[in-house]
Amino acid sequence: MVMVLAVKAAHANPVFRALADPTRRAIFEQLSRHGEQTVHALTRHAGVSQPAVSKHLAVLKRARLVRHRRQGRETHYRAQPDALVPIVDWLRDYGAFWQDRFDRLETLLERMKP
Amino acid sequence: MSTAGTNPAESPLTLVVERVFAHPPEKLWRALTESPLLAQWMMNNDFEPVVGRRFQFRADPMPNWNGIVDCEVVVVEPLKRLSYHWGVGDAASGLQWVVELTLTPAEGGTHLRMEQSGFSPDQKGAYQGANYGWQKFFAGLEKLIGEMQ
Repeated sequence: MVMVLAVKAAHANPVFRALADPTRRAIFEQLSRHGEQTVHALTRHAGVSQPAVSKHLAVLKRARLVRHRRQGRETHYRAQPDALVPIVDWLRDYGAFWQDRFDRLETLLERMKP
Repeated sequence: MSTAGTNPAESPLTLVVERVFAHPPEKLWRALTESPLLAQWMMNNDFEPVVGRRFQFRADPMPNWNGIVDCEVVVVEPLKRLSYHWGVGDAASGLQWVVELTLTPAEGGTHLRMEQSGFSPDQKGAYQGANYGWQKFFAGLEKLIGEMQ
């Protein structure tokens, strides 16, 4: 049962890590809500410089949270919500871990003197 | 009564598991804070109910994990609230969790609520704020996740 602590964390961590930064969360949210956008458009919303936005996009790309395509001189980015699946899995499995621990706690409480 | 998973009113990143135990808060608090008792339902540990105390939960090592959860006590309110940071894997993974256990007297026993949420290390000590940020973020994405499933 404790195995989920490690195995699932390993899958979910790159996604959690990428989204741990508030600016990256904002960029991902922007792309999720409004669809594909250029780096320029994202920079207008992000409140940080374009090189900073590009760096954040690179981290999001490594976590497979965004994909890009080039068109002329512009790079267009779009969100990949499927990348959130490890987070959903993590929540389910960690939930099962705690349910199991609560079962054991219940057993222990029965054994303990009042 | 027992529920797992996410409360719709909260961030999907915050995991909540709760249950009513037919035992008084005093007994539950002992099981949560006395190291040998804690070991019987959680994992082997060197826990002490002192704010700032660093301790570990230890499971059997396995591939990809040394079996250790690195923790630090952040809140001790006897019979009411206990909270610790929760770290699995090396520091390079760059993410920390906080586990908060809340006890409330209930009809015929004690309601225990476990809440686990994530925050990044640079937000340590301010994880409430970090949680708020996550909640705001995920509130907007909940619909999206719903559509995925």
